Amino acid sequence: MVLATAVNEHLANISNYLIYSAMAVYTLAMLAHCFEWAFGSRGAIARRSAEQGGTLAETVAATAQPAARKVTVTVASAGGGTATLTRTALAGEGATVVTGGRGDDETDGPGAAGSDEQADLLGRMAISLTVLGLVLHFGGVLTRGLSVTRWPWGNMYEFSCALAFTAVAAYLVLLATGKKVRWLGLPVVVSALLTLGLAVTVLYTDSEQLVPALHSPFLAIHVTAAIICGGAFHAAFVATALYLLKDGYDRRIAAGRTTGPLGTDASIWQRLPSAGSLDKLAYRINAVIFPLWTFTIIAGAIWAEKAWGRYWEWDPKETWSFITWVAYAAYLHARATAGWKGRKAAYLALLAFACFVFNYYGVNIFVTGKHSYAGVG
Amino acid sequence: MSNTDTGTGAKAQQPLDDEAAAERLSTAPVEERPEDTVPSLGAVGWLRWTWRQLTSMRVALILLFLLSLAAVPGSLIPQTSSNALRVQQWKAAHSVLAPLYEKLQLFDVYSSVWFSAIYILLFVSLAGCIVPRSWQFVGVLRSMPPAAPRNLTRMPVYATWRTGAAAPDVTAAAERLLGGRRFRAHTLGDAVAAEKGYLREVGNLLFHISLFGLLIAMAWGSVAGGQGGKLVLEGQGFSNTMTQYDDFEGAAFYGADDLDAFGFKLDGFSATYQTKGDQLGTPRDFTAHIRYWTGTDNSRLRKGTIKVNEPLEVAGSKVYLIGHGYSPVVTVRNAKGEVVFQGPTPFLPQDNNLTSTGAIKVGDYGTKDGKKVQLGFSGIFSPTAPVTASMTTGWNSLFPAAADPKLIITAYEGDLGTDAGLPQNVYQLDIAHMKQLSQDGNKAAVALKPGQGWTLPDGYGTVSFDGYQQWASFNIAHRPGNSVALGSAALAVLGLIGSLLIQRRRVWVRATEAEDGTTVVEMAGLARSESARIAEELAELAVALQDDAPALPEESETPVNEPTEKRG
Ligand code: HEM
Repeated sequence: MVLATAVNEHLANISNYLIYSAMAVYTLAMLAHCFEWAFGSRGAIARRSAEQGGTLAETVAATAQPAARKVTVTVASAGGGTATLTRTALAGEGATVVTGGRGDDETDGPGAAGSDEQADLLGRMAISLTVLGLVLHFGGVLTRGLSVTRWPWGNMYEFSCALAFTAVAAYLVLLATGKKVRWLGLPVVVSALLTLGLAVTVLYTDSEQLVPALHSPFLAIHVTAAIICGGAFHAAFVATALYLLKDGYDRRIAAGRTTGPLGTDASIWQRLPSAGSLDKLAYRINAVIFPLWTFTIIAGAIWAEKAWGRYWEWDPKETWSFITWVAYAAYLHARATAGWKGRKAAYLALLAFACFVFNYYGVNIFVTGKHSYAGVG
Repeated sequence: MSNTDTGTGAKAQQPLDDEAAAERLSTAPVEERPEDTVPSLGAVGWLRWTWRQLTSMRVALILLFLLSLAAVPGSLIPQTSSNALRVQQWKAAHSVLAPLYEKLQLFDVYSSVWFSAIYILLFVSLAGCIVPRSWQFVGVLRSMPPAAPRNLTRMPVYATWRTGAAAPDVTAAAERLLGGRRFRAHTLGDAVAAEKGYLREVGNLLFHISLFGLLIAMAWGSVAGGQGGKLVLEGQGFSNTMTQYDDFEGAAFYGADDLDAFGFKLDGFSATYQTKGDQLGTPRDFTAHIRYWTGTDNSRLRKGTIKVNEPLEVAGSKVYLIGHGYSPVVTVRNAKGEVVFQGPTPFLPQDNNLTSTGAIKVGDYGTKDGKKVQLGFSGIFSPTAPVTASMTTGWNSLFPAAADPKLIITAYEGDLGTDAGLPQNVYQLDIAHMKQLSQDGNKAAVALKPGQGWTLPDGYGTVSFDGYQQWASFNIAHRPGNSVALGSAALAVLGLIGSLLIQRRRVWVRATEAEDGTTVVEMAGLARSESARIAEELAELAVALQDDAPALPEESETPVNEPTEKRG
């Protein structure tokens, strides 16, 4: 392997400035989201979301076409109620219009802004700022990599920057593809800020070349996969936590109380998607990413075989990856087994995520093993 | 196994009641209620009960949970298998806990009785789960999807409309439509039954079966593989026979006779380090330059390199570079000026800057003043030594490369203890029967630069520090089963992708003639509760079916029957 021995200090400095700028912009985005949530509590429609403004009009427009074909599917929901889904095909054009209308208990809230125009504007500003932050963030990661002409995830600082980047990018990609995930904005930006904050303060190391153990194409394969998994597990964690809170809120309401958990304003919870939707979202993310996590561990094992002569040595890092893997497998099993849906399975998911986080921060910093690349003094 | 659903196929020929039609879309065992299972009959009953418990999903879940819990202590307590030295240090520091930990096998967690028990139980449970499920699945594949339930409105997703098309035409069109979308579809009476996504089950079985592949590969690797360590000086060689190893760890089917025939010579070792910034001294590259041979003929040599991530693969073994260090080259002369020792002695690195310690044992010193004497030197090799010893860090090296090397030694005379026949640590002096020489009332010690010499006090002769050589240490491993493990792992990932990303679902279409002569089309779908897409899919299918069964204008928007019961 050819080594670029030099470090381009200039680029490394630019990288640091870009990361700081990204943090500043994310902070603004976070504030905008906070105001969005605050203003969104005004107005009656924040509380009455079932109208699903706009979609009815679409349906009407579609049925007005003479040759339109329309089908209404009735969906039985977990709570015993029903929801309907209507799909309309416009004859001749081949276009379909899907409109959703939902029954009693499975109502997804309208999102942070409620239907308050000012709040909506703030939300849009927040998203624009997040996009700007992401661009700066990308520049930061890129210049860091260019400064040493290698993949920019050779130590914990770089890994954290990349992790926060994937989390924000994944969220924006979901938004761009039309998924209704704007309510995720605040938690995503906050987690990105926390991760970056920790990175620039505790984990920071100067941009340098790699130690010999990291000279391997598996740095790109194994670590990239791990970063993507980290971002996804993180998102699933946010969804799980919100599910538990929303479910807690639903129970409080059922018990005749009027506020959310910890005395929070009910309107916050009403604006979130339904507990069922949050739970499903969390499950899907975990289920989709689990094979990639399995792959990450296998790629790590192949690398270990190349570097140390054994693909599995129960090094603390390996052990905790294994623990994390088994914990997520247990969660998936629990979901596949009757009687373990809902809260119980959600607690398992939280536990599994805690293992993942410990594997990253805890094992790197407090436990000595062969994975001593963290670069933290 | 009696606690699983029977295959879906056998009963497919008659219309089913709701209960059976909603039959599970997985061959996963049904969870039993405890009251069904409490055994009443003697030993056989208990055995059957135990077996059923063990193969139940609940127990599988508990075992998985226990497995992850049991793996934790091994990551926090030093393990003999990975670092025996740290285990010793830990034991020395915790004299009270150590015996208890020892009893609980906490220094060998991953080969302990309790850890093994958990995973063996888990795999027994898995076998008890997989075998019947595989048979069932074969049954499912050999039969057609189950017939439509009488009351389709009870299915999780449902759609209906009226059409002018004749009922048989509608079912025929539906079968064509579903078949075209790769459903397995067939018509029974007035309804079409269709199913898709069998690969989910295939993936699930594949995943669980390949876990066995992994287990077997690991077991094979541990009974038929082994490894050993060897420290090689620049210019010296190694041939793969038992006597050459510094340490060797074999297995039941891997001993002295099974070693692969090959060898290599270490021509040189090069290391580069970071020379500035806050990571000064961090290694950047290590390369061992070698020439190697296979078989017993060591005259035909091939050039090669071994790096940290690039082991040498030769004759069924792999040679890994695992460490490196310095060997000071020293010449010792006795009082008569005869050379009694000459050559390099490997010193062991103690820190990242390769401050190294070691012992030079001169067993053949001969006699002095009429009695047999041996000399021993205990020393520090500092590749980039400070100008003078620091108050706090002594002669500790400032940089790992040999920019300004110094050898700091002190001398002992007496009995080295090497003749006692007991194994000795080659890097340390056993000073039980030795006396440190003194000079001017102080302990005799000196810091030498290459080329410098030292006249020992009391006429013991001279020592000269001629220079240094590097050494590299290698791990030579023979690991059968690695490719089986890799193959199983790859299949496991494939299986998981199928199992988690593919949805298995059923669709039924029924067309019946209403009293007014029109045809009522009913469609229903069933998938696992995690799938929300079944509703969209049904809608899409229904829209497509309306090509052949166009909807008549409706009087009301509501479905024919209100759903009365939910289904997960
Ligand atoms: C060795 C440890 C095991 C691991 C790592 C493991 C992992 C998994 C994973 C990741 C899934 C996918 C979950 C899903 O399809 O939703 C799964 C499904 C499943 N596992 Fe395991 N499993 C293990 C042992 C077992 C055992 C011992 C049993 C039987 C007692 C079992 C029975 C099943 C069944 C029936 C499913 C499918 C559930 C369904 O299709 O709904 N597994 N397993």
